[in-house]
Amino acid sequence: MGELSRMWREMPSRYRMQGDRCGNCDQVYFPPREICPVCHRDSIGKMKDVDIDGAGEILSFTVVHEAPPAFLRQKPYIIALVKLKEGPVITGQIVDTLPEEIDIGTKVRSVFRKISEDGKSGVIHYGYKFVPE
Amino acid sequence: MSNVYVIGGGESKYGELWDRSLREIAVEAGLKAVENAGIRTKDLNAIYMGNSLGGLISKQEHLSALMSDYAGIASEHVPSMRIEASTASGGAAFRQAYLSIKSGEHDVVMVGGVEKMTELYGTEIIDITSSLVDREWEAFNGATPAAVAALSARKYMRDFNVKKEALAAISVNDHANASLNENAQYRNKITIEQALSATPIAEPLNLMDCAPMTDGATSVILASEKYLKEHGTKGVRIMGSAISQGPFALHSRKSFYTVEPTIISTKKAMEQANIKHKDISFVEIHDSYSIYGLMALEDLGFVEKGHASEMVENGIGINSNLPVNPSGGLKAKGFPYGAAGVSQIYETYLQLSGKAGKRQIKDATCGLVHNMAGSGAASVVHILGVD
Ligand SMILES: [Zn+2]
Repeated sequence: MGELSRMWREMPSRYRMQGDRCGNCDQVYFPPREICPVCHRDSIGKMKDVDIDGAGEILSFTVVHEAPPAFLRQKPYIIALVKLKEGPVITGQIVDTLPEEIDIGTKVRSVFRKISEDGKSGVIHYGYKFVPE
Repeated sequence: MSNVYVIGGGESKYGELWDRSLREIAVEAGLKAVENAGIRTKDLNAIYMGNSLGGLISKQEHLSALMSDYAGIASEHVPSMRIEASTASGGAAFRQAYLSIKSGEHDVVMVGGVEKMTELYGTEIIDITSSLVDREWEAFNGATPAAVAALSARKYMRDFNVKKEALAAISVNDHANASLNENAQYRNKITIEQALSATPIAEPLNLMDCAPMTDGATSVILASEKYLKEHGTKGVRIMGSAISQGPFALHSRKSFYTVEPTIISTKKAMEQANIKHKDISFVEIHDSYSIYGLMALEDLGFVEKGHASEMVENGIGINSNLPVNPSGGLKAKGFPYGAAGVSQIYETYLQLSGKAGKRQIKDATCGLVHNMAGSGAASVVHILGVD
């Protein structure tokens, strides 16, 4: 609850994987950043929206057995570090597969899915997950 | 600038203290520390409280003022504040107290650490503890602190061909040491086999790789060199103190099993102390997850990256070359988030003053304390020694 303005604010990044490209050094950031950690003040005002393609590769993964309330119905579920084609590494779920069928190095692609539910009558959160290519 | 000393401490029992409140255990630890240090509450120039989750678990903020009041010293108007740096809150509060004496402003300061973690039913606590990772870009997607640690563990084990036994050895050592600590939450010894076969939490980590939910409070008293001379008090000197930050989320780091803030804080603290690794008698490390124990031994500089398993196999017990976590560590003494850093300091004080009883390390002259925030967004390193 009380998260509606945050959800609305984050929609472009959660729904379309909108990140930022630094106009100074060309580095891409996802999650988005307003200041480039490489260029610092030289990047101010030069961070431009960029849509992430969604293709990536698993760098590490885990199977979560002990989950918070909003994820109880999904457990056990896979959480991975995914290196995106554009460079950034992000944390997300791997779905539509089994832990035995993936490994470090497995190629994945983003899909738009329900992420979690705040209780029975609560808000439903949507965003990206990943499936093996 | 004044030298700063730890002159005493005290703590509550660590464990599931269902019959005791947050304020009760904090006050207990504080008053024990005052008694132990041989000071009076009116001597206190300031109180710093380390606490991480009081706002989310107990819905109580401003704990420092609440504790002062319930210690019966509201009328003494002691300046007090709460310091929050996730699971490094205790270490960060200790450093603030140290700086306040070092600067010449204060002569006698209390550091308290407290956390009450077994207050809630069910899995809600997992959502609350997920506030120590990035809420919007890790926890939102279902990553818990254990899951983030597991991501480091799998990559580490793969890259260095490390077996699960090496991780388990960290927990086995903690339990062995905690069996000698009457305040510890878990005083049972465990075997490698038991550690390997526990319930999975976030693969490859299982229950025995994860520090527990703990209620507990520890306080220590710091004093200036001037105070020690005037009162003929003995203490353990704070030789080095450093905290540093790094990228917040694991996915933002260059390496998934290196905590740069630990490397940098260690370098700074060791330069201040003017010592080398061989001068360190023992360490208290932040092993909230077993993998973080191995990573810490490497980032602290005791062994090259990827080789902590060899060190652990050669022995890290109380009689080894470098005893690790004589207190029982986060895994077995217990892990009350905001109190953990103060708990490690108190153990180091006990060891260096020869008051550690059955778990006393022989000829201990210098101890290093490592307290980490979350998955490594910050690390606090302190070096304490006998003069
Ligand atoms: Zn840049």
